[in-house]
Amino acid sequence: MIALLIGVPLLSGVLAFMIRQTALRRALLLAAAAAHAGLTAAAWVNRPGPLLGGWLEIDAAGLLVLTITSGLFLASAIYGVGYLRHEDAGSREDLDEDELFVNAPEARFTGCLLLFLATMTLVAVSQHFGILWVSIEATTLASAPLIYFHRHHRSLEATWKYLLICSVGIALALLGNFFLVVASPSPVGAEGHGPMTMASLIGRAATMNVGWLRAAFVLMLVGYGTKMGLAPMHTWLPDAHSESPSVVSALLSGALLNCAFLGILRVHAVCQAAGQGEFSGDLLILLGLVSMGLAAAFIVGQADYKRMLAYSSIEHMGILAFGVGVGGAAAFGSMLHMVNHSLTKAMLFLAAGNILAAFRTKSPQKVRGLLHALPITGVLWVAGFLAITGSPPFGTFLSELTILKGALDAGKYVPAAIYLLALAVAFVAMAAIMLKMAHGTSSLPAGPNPPAVSLSNPPAVSLSNRPKDTWLAVLPPILLGLIVLALGVYVPPQLSNLIRDALAAMGGR
Amino acid sequence: MAGLIDGLILVVVLTNLKLLGSSRTPACIRVVAAQGVLLAALPLLAAAEPLSLQTVIAAVASGLLKGLLLPWLLLRTAQRADVRQELEPLVGYTLSLLIGGGLLVGALWLGRRLPPVGEAGPTLLVPAAMFTLMVGLFMIVARRKALTQVVGYLAMENGIYAFGLAFARSEPLLVELGILLDVFVAVFVMGITIHHISREFDSIDTRRMSRLKD
Repeated sequence: MIALLIGVPLLSGVLAFMIRQTALRRALLLAAAAAHAGLTAAAWVNRPGPLLGGWLEIDAAGLLVLTITSGLFLASAIYGVGYLRHEDAGSREDLDEDELFVNAPEARFTGCLLLFLATMTLVAVSQHFGILWVSIEATTLASAPLIYFHRHHRSLEATWKYLLICSVGIALALLGNFFLVVASPSPVGAEGHGPMTMASLIGRAATMNVGWLRAAFVLMLVGYGTKMGLAPMHTWLPDAHSESPSVVSALLSGALLNCAFLGILRVHAVCQAAGQGEFSGDLLILLGLVSMGLAAAFIVGQADYKRMLAYSSIEHMGILAFGVGVGGAAAFGSMLHMVNHSLTKAMLFLAAGNILAAFRTKSPQKVRGLLHALPITGVLWVAGFLAITGSPPFGTFLSELTILKGALDAGKYVPAAIYLLALAVAFVAMAAIMLKMAHGTSSLPAGPNPPAVSLSNPPAVSLSNRPKDTWLAVLPPILLGLIVLALGVYVPPQLSNLIRDALAAMGGR
Repeated sequence: MAGLIDGLILVVVLTNLKLLGSSRTPACIRVVAAQGVLLAALPLLAAAEPLSLQTVIAAVASGLLKGLLLPWLLLRTAQRADVRQELEPLVGYTLSLLIGGGLLVGALWLGRRLPPVGEAGPTLLVPAAMFTLMVGLFMIVARRKALTQVVGYLAMENGIYAFGLAFARSEPLLVELGILLDVFVAVFVMGITIHHISREFDSIDTRRMSRLKD
């Protein structure tokens, strides 16, 4: 079944490159996304056995990441079909620069999207550090062409930065892998360094060489942290997440960042088993707080609402790292927050895509009257603001509170204060940006020849592309938002048990 | 045999200095390819016992990829993007060489200070690997052309590969091939991106890509 989980998106991705008929290709995208989600749901009921001698196995943490990835991909695929329908194939005016651009071929876009899902699935199910590295690097390569879907200068620049910075960062993680090999002792009664699987490494952790293990952790934290967007290695993230099409941004922020986080969680688990949990945890707390503080500072007065969402992702990755670093109840909150953040951020990016399609600008100053112009997207935007800033009754409130409580219980008062301060700054800054966009009279721009403005009949950008909420564009974010809302009221025991299993496997601090 | 291996490692160190001092991009591509082949050959020479099939496959795959496929890809990209000469670099060549000397000393010093390993490979390999890694990183930071930065990435990868040779000789074949596949696809995608960059910007000077900032 693990083979199917990887094989379905892999094969359909390759197929998508070759299919000429647009309708068939879009149907394939939906079918593969649905099949993947179905398989993931089946894995909840009946956990599949290991593959490749235990190198691939769905453990609790992997299942959590896999479920988020699969669910978001399904939502994004549904949204994406509507999105691609409205993307005309010809060249059109760039929003920020006076130049024309075209889209990359849709076949390539769909194919890469599916390959991206296959690589993320592989990350979630890898138990072997070598495979984990290979698959995380593969996610970079599969997603880079997605960022360059709109072929203009800025997306190209973002793609290049993403490719180079992440590849270099992840290369350091490979060095960390080798260090981990050096650190680990030979298994009892065997030659060589033994398998690099989680089970084997944790079993041998007690006799690891501490110096090499610490070096390995630092390298992997820097390497996978680059991919996860932890400051100060985050520089590529705001560019890539703001310049890619919104449906891709949703996947990058909601699904891919978790995959990188899973890499850090794995090596953190080895450190904890080796009695070095304090060392790795403190580093995670440090990077987490730096990320939160820096992201909050950059959200203030941000002049691009997609960029603001990207910085918010950095902030939330900081929260995840902080919570896991503190450990205990905070680690539980952190894993719960991973779910909440992914759903919320994907919902917001999809809503941002609707705003961008209607208002044709990424500047929050030029968007006014969202609630009036696009009522459903407007409500989503306001609800998303409340959710992403951790306001009750959304799930994010619960998870952020759990992390805070965990930090206070652990006696980490100063870090907890910094954590609260960063959250407060982000709240105020995002309120200033996002709520202003929602209220006021509609600022929908006029077309090339502006017709008379009347409130009952808002001026359309072009007659064929009159901005309004379409079902394909609002249904996926509505569903995501409803789940976050539900998680704020009630955390299903299945989910909390899964998180407890994941934490137990990691060995608490 | 030990003399031959030390000689090879010395050549690897020299290739790094050549990378630092050369302004011609095609030459840099060939040098980094030669470096990759030398490192791929190393495990074949260093093996004490009869060669295992796994070692041979991994070495041959690595040699073919780094010696033939990647340089071909990069040289073709260089031709299509019309790149011959590196633009005036951010750090001059003479200064680069001096910095390279400093890095080499640092690598030798660091190599001695690493915590001891059970089964150590050739003693020069660890400092050479570290030096290659640092030179690669330096090139990524100090050179302006996107293509030269890819060469830097490859040098860095070579350095990490050398680390792997020194420490983790029995990495499973599947993982080794997976790593090689990733490196290939990475350079392939970077090559395509560079092609687009040269068309969009009429140049592959990465300093012109500075529109995205806060």
